[in-house]
Amino acid sequence: MTEPSTITRADVCAAAIADAFADDGEIFASPMGLLPMLGVRLARLTSNPDLVLSDGEALFLAGVPPLFAKADKVEGWIPFRKVFDVVAYGKRHVMMGATQIDAHGNQNISAIGDFSQPTRQLLGSRGAPGNTVNNRTSYWVPRHSPRVFVEAVDIVSGVGPQRAEQAGPAASRFNDIHRVVSNLAVFDVTGPDHTLRLLSVHPGVTVPEVREASGCGFHVEGSDADVPTTREPSMEELVIIREVLDPQGLRFKEVPRPEKEQQ
Amino acid sequence: MKGPRDKQMSIEAVIDSLEDGMTIGIGGWGPRRKPMALVRALYRSDLEDLTLVSWGGADVGLLSRAGKVRKLVYAFVSLDSVPLEPNFQRARQTGSIPEVVELDEGMFNAGLQAAAQRLPFLPMRAGLGSDVLVNNPSIQTVTSPYDEGFGHEELVAVPALKLDVALVHLNRADAHGNATYLGPDPYFDDLFCMAADRAYLSCEQVVDTAGLTYETPVQRLLLNRMMVTGVVETPHGAHFTTCTPDYERDEPFQRAYAKAASGTDEDWQAFHDRFLAGDEASYQAAVQAFAEENQR
Repeated sequence: MTEPSTITRADVCAAAIADAFADDGEIFASPMGLLPMLGVRLARLTSNPDLVLSDGEALFLAGVPPLFAKADKVEGWIPFRKVFDVVAYGKRHVMMGATQIDAHGNQNISAIGDFSQPTRQLLGSRGAPGNTVNNRTSYWVPRHSPRVFVEAVDIVSGVGPQRAEQAGPAASRFNDIHRVVSNLAVFDVTGPDHTLRLLSVHPGVTVPEVREASGCGFHVEGSDADVPTTREPSMEELVIIREVLDPQGLRFKEVPRPEKEQQ
Repeated sequence: MKGPRDKQMSIEAVIDSLEDGMTIGIGGWGPRRKPMALVRALYRSDLEDLTLVSWGGADVGLLSRAGKVRKLVYAFVSLDSVPLEPNFQRARQTGSIPEVVELDEGMFNAGLQAAAQRLPFLPMRAGLGSDVLVNNPSIQTVTSPYDEGFGHEELVAVPALKLDVALVHLNRADAHGNATYLGPDPYFDDLFCMAADRAYLSCEQVVDTAGLTYETPVQRLLLNRMMVTGVVETPHGAHFTTCTPDYERDEPFQRAYAKAASGTDEDWQAFHDRFLAGDEASYQAAVQAFAEENQR
């Protein structure tokens, strides 16, 4: 049933997201979106059993329920007002979405176009400005495209390291943009002048394909051929993903299976 | 023996006490435990030029659609299962809200805290380096008088979000304005009340004071009567938002709202005529009919 030969892109993304939380220690992992929720729970069951998880509402979960299952055991209370306390306390790693992200790791979830009268109003900045100057922040992009990876975001909600540095030590002290995981690749922001650096491309993806799908440049260490391939999930991880956390295959709603597997 | 006064009043009496141009804070969070009966009454009223301060949901959408909003202070507007609020999107994309203050969530919270503590501002990191400060040039920074080894840090001086009026909805209240929330999250309703000159509390049910702590931990008493001006019993008054555990969000109704809001002017007019043109009793009757239709 769990054949490594049928490893999907969604499985690879889940493991890459889990890896982003592997070294966090005992902190509050806040995933926004389906794959981040899956990846964080995978990390909790494998590489980082100390992670603190919530139900996304007001409860800390003692167990690790499948996606969207009800909490069976609770270990704490985390209403919204206390989330702000933890943000300032710093023991938190949030993985947010990004309608736009740029070469300097700035993120936009506010609006597209001119702020005074946008062509498309989005959610609003939510907690992105505060997250990025207080606790570790990563981003998840389920559909890597030139519309998402842009030269410069229209509105800066999440603050990248260069802008944080320009705003002074109060902003840069705790600014920690850790990973950008997309359906094609994994980045960090340790390129020249704190720009995106390609850490790995997912199995079956080439560096030119990632470049083609990006509207902004990114740094590559050495030549394209030197860029590693994102690791495949282990047998243990595949079993956890497929049989424990997401038996219904909800992850394929965010990262669809390749055409051939659907036949 | 004299007791504290009875503050019960009608929805209409609350609305009649408000004036054009007021700054109104609306409690709850997005599509959760919003004082919707009071919001609907605002929507129907003649009031205009309002400043709204809200963790935005359909309250912001409805009042924007009705052209009531001169200024909006928010960190997000969302219906959760419908991520983007169509009436809010429409208002922003047509530029119909003259003044817009988009804050970070932590800043919004700090602004309420400052107002509740009668402070002009509170310092924080949130906002630094982001376009929140670019798009709100009136928000200033403040230099720390202390050096903790990182120099005299320059922090955001989040201005107090002072309110004329707060509108909140809780599960249970007594006639004096003491109130409990029974769901998982208090949200920020106590802060809204303390940030305001006057606070109006709607609730699912008015009970005896002793009833508030009958089989309910005392820690769930979020509001004390000294924070509350008036109490309105509005059963189902948070509909179509959540009011856990009394009821959850009405998803079919929310979908119908979102569809009408993102449709043509005629679509919205039809929704308005069916649900919003009359008073709260006729709204609840129309919702009941909608639910029965949906069950068939």
